[in-house]
Amino acid sequence: MKQLTHMRSALLYLLPSLILFTVFIFYPMFRTLYLSFFLTDAKGNASVAVGLDNYIHLFTSSQFLNSMKATLLFVLYTVPLGIVIALFLALLANEKLKGIGFFRTIFSSTMGVSVAASSVIWLFLFHPSIGMFNHVLQLLHLPQVQWLVDPDWALLSVAITTIWMNTGFSFLIILGGLQNIDQTLYESAQIDGANYWYRLRRITIPMLSPTLFFISTISLINAFQTFGQIDILTKGGPTQATNLIVYSIYREAFVNYQFGTASAQAVILFVIVLFVTILQFKLGEKKVHYQ
Amino acid sequence: MKQVSLNNVVKTYDKQTTVLHNINVTIEAGEFFVLVGPSGCGKSTMLRMIAGLEDITAGEMYIDEQVVNDLPPVKRELSMVFQNYALYPHLTVAQNISFGLHAKKMSKATIQQRVEDVAKTLQLTAYLTRKPRELSGGQRQRVALARAIVSDAKICLMDEPLSNLDAKLRTHMRAEIKQLQRKLGITMIYVTHDQIEAMTMGDRIMILHEGEIQQIGKPIDIYNYPANPFVATFIGSPPMNIAPATIRADGFFIDEQFILPNEMNERFTKHHTLVMGIRPEHITHIKTKNAHPLPITLRNIELLGTETIISFAVGTHTWHARMPGQWALDVGQHLTVYLPSDAFYYYDAQTGELLKKATIVGHFERLGDL
Ligand SMILES: Nc1ncnc2c1ncn2[C@@H]1O[C@H](COP(=O)(O)OP(=O)(O)OP(=O)(O)O)[C@@H](O)[C@H]1O
Ligand SMILES: [Mg+2]
Repeated sequence: MKQLTHMRSALLYLLPSLILFTVFIFYPMFRTLYLSFFLTDAKGNASVAVGLDNYIHLFTSSQFLNSMKATLLFVLYTVPLGIVIALFLALLANEKLKGIGFFRTIFSSTMGVSVAASSVIWLFLFHPSIGMFNHVLQLLHLPQVQWLVDPDWALLSVAITTIWMNTGFSFLIILGGLQNIDQTLYESAQIDGANYWYRLRRITIPMLSPTLFFISTISLINAFQTFGQIDILTKGGPTQATNLIVYSIYREAFVNYQFGTASAQAVILFVIVLFVTILQFKLGEKKVHYQ
Repeated sequence: MKQVSLNNVVKTYDKQTTVLHNINVTIEAGEFFVLVGPSGCGKSTMLRMIAGLEDITAGEMYIDEQVVNDLPPVKRELSMVFQNYALYPHLTVAQNISFGLHAKKMSKATIQQRVEDVAKTLQLTAYLTRKPRELSGGQRQRVALARAIVSDAKICLMDEPLSNLDAKLRTHMRAEIKQLQRKLGITMIYVTHDQIEAMTMGDRIMILHEGEIQQIGKPIDIYNYPANPFVATFIGSPPMNIAPATIRADGFFIDEQFILPNEMNERFTKHHTLVMGIRPEHITHIKTKNAHPLPITLRNIELLGTETIISFAVGTHTWHARMPGQWALDVGQHLTVYLPSDAFYYYDAQTGELLKKATIVGHFERLGDL
């Protein structure tokens, strides 16, 4: 009896988040899974059950496989480099120098810029004739690059934009992690005669490992879900070179009205992200040192 | 063995707050030197300056004959134990101990040998593969010690290394550190705010107050002849009884309460008032030849087993007396205690200078005399 009352009040407390989660997460998730086994009409309602046909179709479609490949490349370009750059900036900003507060603000400023705004900024930077990059290349007497139009460059260009956009957040988190490290560890190491690199390798990186792990998980998931900058910069082109999986889902659903295959792609993305995250936790657990 | 000298050393933070004024002291080679003082007096700052972790604002510091003002910590060839131990939480005990040796690029065989030796000395052999969080407070403390002595540095600095331990373990580690220092012949500079630690461990102690040296000397000399009222009340527990007294023709008065007849009127002619002090153990219940009676009302009684500490009011001040043995006394009880005139210390009321020492102290008893 008593347990029942406990249960009731527990449920009452949980109710607001349960409702929110059901409406915005659980229902869409199950609806997506359900739709992935159907062909749909233009309104997105299930019309013909096709079983696993949608999945089979995807894994034999060169367009989808290309999209997967582009996504993987994009993750490889953005995640490690993004973290290394953020770590480098955080190490710089963590030094006790005059006016370092100014640089801390600058380094973290990209956090305050929306995806749309930063994409537009980069759109101008990449512009073939008035863009700054080509202008610099010209000054250096180097050949011009069609940043967003050349299939060999487009993915790289979007990756650069993404790294720039994510640096602010990663920087701030890593800086926080650095400032949490007990200063006496460094003082002790200094007395022991450990040089900068030795301290970095033996103290900073291990002590920072939980933070780096957190940042790499977040960056990885973010990279898999990239959409905004693609939509503004390249629209998935040229020749599908930047058609990352989330963009591909969007096009399949809202341009081609193929909600069935779009849902199947979403399910595949979900499984991949889940798998990568689990893998990361399994590997990370051994390497990460928690206090 | 190495000597450390500070010559007119000054430390100023942010160009405005001076936390150490004109420090002049020489710490002899192989000495156990204790730096003691209340919180915020600048002990850690001084130690960190010796270590090279803080710059010296003015003055010179020497290690042996060499000026070390601008020498980086590693070149000073010293070791340091931090208050929080500063163990690397992600490394094992063995890795913690060998951290500095690796940094100095010693050979693997030497490192292993040294780690094993030190671990044996400090009874850490069984814990070498553990992480610091899997150790007790006392074991962590020993790892910190091991890390300091494994480097073979001739100077060791310790900043309140025992303050995180419980009372019993502290007593034990006190003896252990002292023994280790003697055995290895290290020059030890040891910071504490605990006067018992200072008294029991130091060959010499230095008392610091608001960034100024109050007194340097052997513990027993400092106890017997405190140079000013601050030292008098800082060393000793309960502290020396102290009060400003007015000198009149007929005696010394504290807040209009008669204390002592003035037998040496002429000695203090310059003074109208001074500060009188007497140690609690010199106030007795026995009438002796040159002791003067003082009627008191008991305010508090502490029965400690071997002794009884009573408190009572003298003018507006609370004084303590320490009586050997166990006494059945009640609060509010009236009593007469005796103040031997040779137990009094007289300090200048303005400068705090010691004008006259007590002569009752300093007669050491020897076993042969019994
Ligand atoms: N980095 C700093 N900047 C400014 N003032 C400081 C700094 N470090 C210490 N101080 C000041 O210097 C004074 C002495 O500090 P210090 O740490 O040496 O005291 P301490 O004697 O070790 O005290 P405790 O027994 O509490 O450890 C204090 O008043 C402190 O506020
Ligand atoms: Mg201190």
